[in-house]
Amino acid sequence: MKYLSEYRDAEQARLYFNEIRRVTTKPWTLMEICGGQTHSLVRNGILDLLPKYITMVHGPGCPVCVTSVSVIDEAIYLAQQDNVILCSFGDMLRVPGSGKSLLEIKVKGADVRILYSPLEAVQIARENPGKEVVFFAVGFETTAPANALSVIQAHKLGINNYSILASHVTVPPAMEALLSDKENKIDAFLAAGHVCTIMGTEEYYPIAAKYKVPVVVTGFEPLDLLQGILMTILQLEKGEYKVENQYARSVLREGNKPAKDSIQEVFTITDRTWRGIGLISSSGYEVNDNYKKYNARVKFSLAMPFAEENNDCISGDIMKGLKKPLQCPNFGGRCKPEHPVGAPMVSSEGACAAYYHYSGAVELNPTI
Amino acid sequence: MKTECAIPKFDFDVITLGHGSGGLLTHRLLQSGVFDILKNDWLDQQHDGASFSLTGNVAFSTDSYVVSPVFFPGGNIGDLAVNGTVNDLAMCGACAKYLSLAFILEEGLRMEEFGEILVSIKEAAAKANIHIVTGDTKVVEKGKGDKIFINTSGIGLIHSSANIHHNNIAPGDKIIISGKLATHGIAIMSLRKGLSFDTSVKSDTAALHFTVMKLLDQFGSDIKFLRDPTRGGLASVLNEVCGLTRLGYELNQADLPIDIQVEGACEMLGLDPLYIANEGLFVAIVKKETANNFLAELRKDENGFDASMIGEVTTDHPGKVILKSTIGGKRVVNYLPGEQLPRIC
Repeated sequence: MKYLSEYRDAEQARLYFNEIRRVTTKPWTLMEICGGQTHSLVRNGILDLLPKYITMVHGPGCPVCVTSVSVIDEAIYLAQQDNVILCSFGDMLRVPGSGKSLLEIKVKGADVRILYSPLEAVQIARENPGKEVVFFAVGFETTAPANALSVIQAHKLGINNYSILASHVTVPPAMEALLSDKENKIDAFLAAGHVCTIMGTEEYYPIAAKYKVPVVVTGFEPLDLLQGILMTILQLEKGEYKVENQYARSVLREGNKPAKDSIQEVFTITDRTWRGIGLISSSGYEVNDNYKKYNARVKFSLAMPFAEENNDCISGDIMKGLKKPLQCPNFGGRCKPEHPVGAPMVSSEGACAAYYHYSGAVELNPTI
Repeated sequence: MKTECAIPKFDFDVITLGHGSGGLLTHRLLQSGVFDILKNDWLDQQHDGASFSLTGNVAFSTDSYVVSPVFFPGGNIGDLAVNGTVNDLAMCGACAKYLSLAFILEEGLRMEEFGEILVSIKEAAAKANIHIVTGDTKVVEKGKGDKIFINTSGIGLIHSSANIHHNNIAPGDKIIISGKLATHGIAIMSLRKGLSFDTSVKSDTAALHFTVMKLLDQFGSDIKFLRDPTRGGLASVLNEVCGLTRLGYELNQADLPIDIQVEGACEMLGLDPLYIANEGLFVAIVKKETANNFLAELRKDENGFDASMIGEVTTDHPGKVILKSTIGGKRVVNYLPGEQLPRIC
């Protein structure tokens, strides 16, 4: 497992911490976009080892967290139809909609299946010609290509009992929404390595230039994150605002062309409501007209009423970087992973769940 | 000791409700199947229970086995059901002697599969030198079970030098794990529908009582605590003992033994190996001064080649299990809330 151990080296980490400490002269607020990065920062104890004047805020890059209540209600409605098998990634199951969660209706008999790949849903559709199989296609640009491929494959195989409930969201519009917010405190971004592996880095140049913020595309291992943080601070200290690529072993400037082509083939850009943030224009993917027979919203004529979010959850403020999970009055009391009030407590990538699982050791850390 | 036993030929292909009726089919299933394969002096009496005498302090344990799929790389539900209860007794410092064996079969289970499971049970029992002395077989309608559920209960004699109790745990004691983490859980998961991936990882299911008895011979009451980190994994065991003792438990991530393939699968699936089930594995909390010798002895045993000292008990952070990450950060290791769910990305 060379590719893991070499990015978890204690001595290298110590050197990065020292260098970060040496070059930082002012307090800075950095946002890591992706929930996987949040998870790694907390899980490896990095947040507690960074100098106190560097504030990491945890961005909206947790697909489970930003999927709106209305969309979860759509999935629950579909799963409750007699003839439907609803397939989903695992961590969507516990997220509460406006009433129940998918897990609750699964327990009561709905045919909800946890999959790792949408292509398995196509196979299930093939094996169950008398049923309608719907894949709950959530996620960022990262999961969009595989979900698009499932539609392309179903189309090629002539499978007509397969459709997807697309709730894809895209990163750059969300970054712009955060930067345009009058309360914005973010000085720089660690962009999400996996999203950029698919999409490349082109989209980030206009954002860095317009808002004068450094954007460093960063990976997920401890040394990736430390190097990304160092690169970001070096820019901030010099007054620069460039797009840089820390995760060069995976990310090309042009991204992954076949993956982008499959997104282009199946999806069209749409406005999307983000849980905790609200409507962001042109921030999501929907199945395009050419493939509309694979669009569950069209196939089942979905017209769900708009569902209000639970006001007791401050996930919006957390994802905008205005508050930390520990500042929420419900954290660890009314809101726990076993009975979450809001989505960030559900997903292992949610900032609240990461804090809940791993934090509490703050006072124990030695100063490096 | 390895016995070779042919899978019996039955004159019916699948289990039906009639096999649980108590009538002729039940009789034929037991005669040509269960009793024939597992026969011994106790079962041959075909009594409602078993009679035997034991001298000394006795431990008694029970466990039910519902693993799915029932066949997996490295074993099946049969040897798991024998080894699991043998190990539960071993964790009490006891060497298992007698086991009961109860089946709940689902209508439609293929006899060939049932036969293979029975043979595994026989072989595991022979290898562990235990006797299956009483049992039961029930059949439920199709859809009301998952092929086969097994319950085993066991009785064993407690080692004369054993004094295993969480009250004995003291600050400075060392935490030792007998082998690589998470292999059983990942072997099972690699076969689950919807998760299937190629791996050569095999379940580590094994009976541990001979290993534990040898260690007790040598180290006696310096072995403060033993537990097999099955369901819920290492994290759950340490949280349980942490709650009982109100001491702190500190783990070093760099010392956790994990197979490369298992680690890769966990990364890919977004699962934490600390919460994944193990079978042929135990955690020991051992007196500080004895720990190095204990580890050296354990590593000589076939069930302990990959044993590692993974942490220690401390008065710091009472009631918390803390993991020191490879890069020097610290984090809390909590109980797992609910099931580990596969992550999106």
